Amino acid sequence: MTDTDTPSAETATPIRPVPAPAPDFVVVPARHPGRWVVIAVIAVIAAVVLRSVIINPNFQWTVVGHYIFADIILMGLLTTLWLTAIAMLLGVVLGVIVAVMRISDNPIISSAAQFFLWFFRGTPVLVQLIFWYNLAALYPNYAIGIPFLAPHLLHGSVNDLITPYTAAILGLGLNEAAYMAEIVRAGIMSVDGGQAEAARALGMKRITAMRRIILPQAMRFIVPPTGNETIGMLKTTSIVSVIALSDLLYSAQTIYSRTFQTIPLLLVACIWYLGVTSLLSTVQSRIEHRFSRGHIRRSR
Amino acid sequence: MSNPLVEARQVIKRYGNVEVLRGVDFTVQQGEVACLIGPSGSGKSTFLRCINHLEKIDGGTLTVGGDFIGYRQQGNKLHELRENEIAAKREKIGMVFQRFNLFAHKTALENVIEAPIVVKGEKRQEAMEHARSLLARVGLSHRVDAYPAELSGGQQQRVAIARALAMRPELMLFDEPTSALDPELVGEVLDVMRDLARDGMTMIVVTHEMGFAREVGKTIAFMDEGVVVEHGTPERLFTAPRHPRTRAFLSKVLKA
Ligand SMILES: Nc1ncnc2c1ncn2[C@@H]1O[C@H](COP(=O)(O)OP(=O)(O)OP(=O)(O)O)[C@@H](O)[C@H]1O
Ligand SMILES: [Mg+2]
Repeated sequence: MTDTDTPSAETATPIRPVPAPAPDFVVVPARHPGRWVVIAVIAVIAAVVLRSVIINPNFQWTVVGHYIFADIILMGLLTTLWLTAIAMLLGVVLGVIVAVMRISDNPIISSAAQFFLWFFRGTPVLVQLIFWYNLAALYPNYAIGIPFLAPHLLHGSVNDLITPYTAAILGLGLNEAAYMAEIVRAGIMSVDGGQAEAARALGMKRITAMRRIILPQAMRFIVPPTGNETIGMLKTTSIVSVIALSDLLYSAQTIYSRTFQTIPLLLVACIWYLGVTSLLSTVQSRIEHRFSRGHIRRSR
Repeated sequence: MSNPLVEARQVIKRYGNVEVLRGVDFTVQQGEVACLIGPSGSGKSTFLRCINHLEKIDGGTLTVGGDFIGYRQQGNKLHELRENEIAAKREKIGMVFQRFNLFAHKTALENVIEAPIVVKGEKRQEAMEHARSLLARVGLSHRVDAYPAELSGGQQQRVAIARALAMRPELMLFDEPTSALDPELVGEVLDVMRDLARDGMTMIVVTHEMGFAREVGKTIAFMDEGVVVEHGTPERLFTAPRHPRTRAFLSKVLKA
């Protein structure tokens, strides 16, 4: 068959009816009096709150202004940002691996994944964090090597290995991996089974089909909750202040423990948290748009 | 006439305790179109999926081009192949599904070049040229950049056929390729299949399109309750069915 004898369904030109002349009517838009009442109530509440925030001297806005770009706060913000990034990276990578293990045909592999989920979702992240920080109490020394032959190729004290940084990354990252695994698994399950079957029928290995066909389509279901997880993670990192890691909150705390300006410094932290979460929300909606490729086009 | 490409002997398939295929005998010669007809639930799809080992058989033997699909023969022993080795054998067998199953995140062209590139390791340029010629062959030159959701059912199925052909298969399996289509779109897909048959492609077609089976099929096999009840040339089977169950089935579908 060539292009010229394309089936008629495509080549036939549709017959367009001549549009009927529009009669001379005037369209009156619907009125919504109820809306105006609601708007008025909200405006009044907003005005009262705003007035109190500005007038109440206890907010100490000048102090806020003084510290908002202070070096120590900016350093703390930087720590919060990279900690969020690394914990999420670990969470996503490990989460995908655990999700794929979880749906494996091999019962041992799938049970191992389930055990991981059971443990890391079943205990509070704060407890896990403190636990990692105190790992040296459990295993004072570590040794990596080949069992029986050269068991001590690499060895040292666990105390040197587990700094607040590594404890924070492990605690937040592993916990996140458990949540991401469930998100990824739900995403994989949402992709029509026919896709995997078509991929297999074309000779693709399971892992290739997963990487090239299933996961890219699962992304549509995975990306939105992952954005929410990232925003959640940004705020959850504030718990690392308990192991004295100078993130944004801990930096604010160090200052107000000296100056007793608790409220304005918490405001400084909040402003930065809000700023970054707003930015992340914008990025999230852009990415979501990109991953809906091949799906929203029909409705446009 | 003695060059069978597909040879099934007493193929058995169970799901749990239910025996879905209960000893299927079936042969297809090189270059032949064999149509498989039969009532719903008779095991047609299951048998087709056994041929390219999407399902594992529980008994009997099934060879494609003399090779046991899913096993390596060594003397009188059949060694089960690993998943990845089976995947490699599927390359030679194209499959077209009732519900098209085009990769939804890829354009028509990307659908067609995917497997040649990632499975066979063809060069992108080469794969694209081949894909364009295949899409032209199924009459879709003008839609190469469309996503599946932007195509009609008939167009999607034609892309699916092009996608299977891109692997240069020696056998094509069709599982009710027109059953999910609006009646006015059935013709364009059957045209493509007719064209393939003329080119000498070996095809096994599960279909409810009796007109097509009669015209293009070299042999027709009637399946019921997990066995091939009767097979023969279309003329013979349609005009003088021997088995009462074949007669009952044909009288029902030909009347409709
Ligand atoms: N994965 C499965 N698990 C259990 N039973 C199955 C499975 N797949 C198919 N079956 C059963 O096997 C029998 C044969 O199914 P099959 O799909 O092969 O029939 P078919 O002839 O293709 O029917 P149709 O014309 O409706 O497509 C049916 O009774 C069906 O319920
Ligand atoms: Mg079927």
